[in-house]
Amino acid sequence: MIRALVLLLLLAGPAHAVSDPAEMLPDPAQEARAETVGRQLRCLVCQNESIEDSNADLARDLRRLVRARIAGGATDDQAVDWVVARYGDFVRLRPPVTWVTALLWASPVLAVVAGLGLVWMGRRRPAPPPAPLTEAERARLADLTSP
Amino acid sequence: MVNRRVLLLAPLGVAVVAGAGFWTVLRRMKAGHFDPHDVPSQLIGRAPPAFEPLPPLGSGPGFGSADLAAAGRPLLVNFFASWCVPCVIEHPVLMQLAQDGLPVWGVAYKDKPDAAAGFIERRGNPFARVAQDVPGRVAIEWGVYGVPESYLLDRQGVVRWRMAGPVTPSILAEQLRPLLRSLA
Repeated sequence: MIRALVLLLLLAGPAHAVSDPAEMLPDPAQEARAETVGRQLRCLVCQNESIEDSNADLARDLRRLVRARIAGGATDDQAVDWVVARYGDFVRLRPPVTWVTALLWASPVLAVVAGLGLVWMGRRRPAPPPAPLTEAERARLADLTSP
Repeated sequence: MVNRRVLLLAPLGVAVVAGAGFWTVLRRMKAGHFDPHDVPSQLIGRAPPAFEPLPPLGSGPGFGSADLAAAGRPLLVNFFASWCVPCVIEHPVLMQLAQDGLPVWGVAYKDKPDAAAGFIERRGNPFARVAQDVPGRVAIEWGVYGVPESYLLDRQGVVRWRMAGPVTPSILAEQLRPLLRSLA
């Protein structure tokens, strides 16, 4: 029984976001490429899911169109560009580096620089040595510490 | 001790800047000038993509990209569906535009022909032409990601303005009317 279960688990493939097996390409290599492409593309309806993960109608249509391009011999980049030509850079879940997104991409570096700046400004300087005792203080000290 | 003071004031400065940013964004969202979910159209300043004439809905003619290019006057292309609630909200504005003489060409998006025809019949028909895009394939060529979506074409057939979501009376007054005046 256990052995049969283990065998079943071993036979089970990775979980596919594509709910309908009929959507999948017959060639596993092409299907894998289509999934890689689909994972980089944002579903415009839900906006924080890729088209591979989304169940929206539009995501399903785009999955199908991406697969049609891959099956038709398009490279991964060509398939992505085809969708970007219609929906703009916003569909890329990983935004390209352009002057518009420069601040976004530079933000980790800027945060580190700002943090280092704060640390540098906040560092403690050794306190200056206290002023030498005056004559009166010295006399009082001698008076207090005399046995 | 200038550094100390700067350090103490830095969080306050960050809070003030962030607060001003949030306040601006929220105010603009409330006034309808800004939608964080909006996806800018790739068609602005370009002619719509070439597409074969779509089948008509009802008795009038459908249309394709050639018909849009040949129109020779500003017109509004509106993607709608009978299953879409914001389309109901938008409908009176489209009626108003049609009454004012702007041709509105409709595309019934992923809708059953009967349902789309019933929608127009019940609420009134603002469309000079209505085409059907049942598979939604032409809509993808346009970059449509929901309904309603409206595209304003100038007399050369170039897309000048796109609204993703209902054209409300305030958007009509603040954006569309001034643009129509400049195109006239």
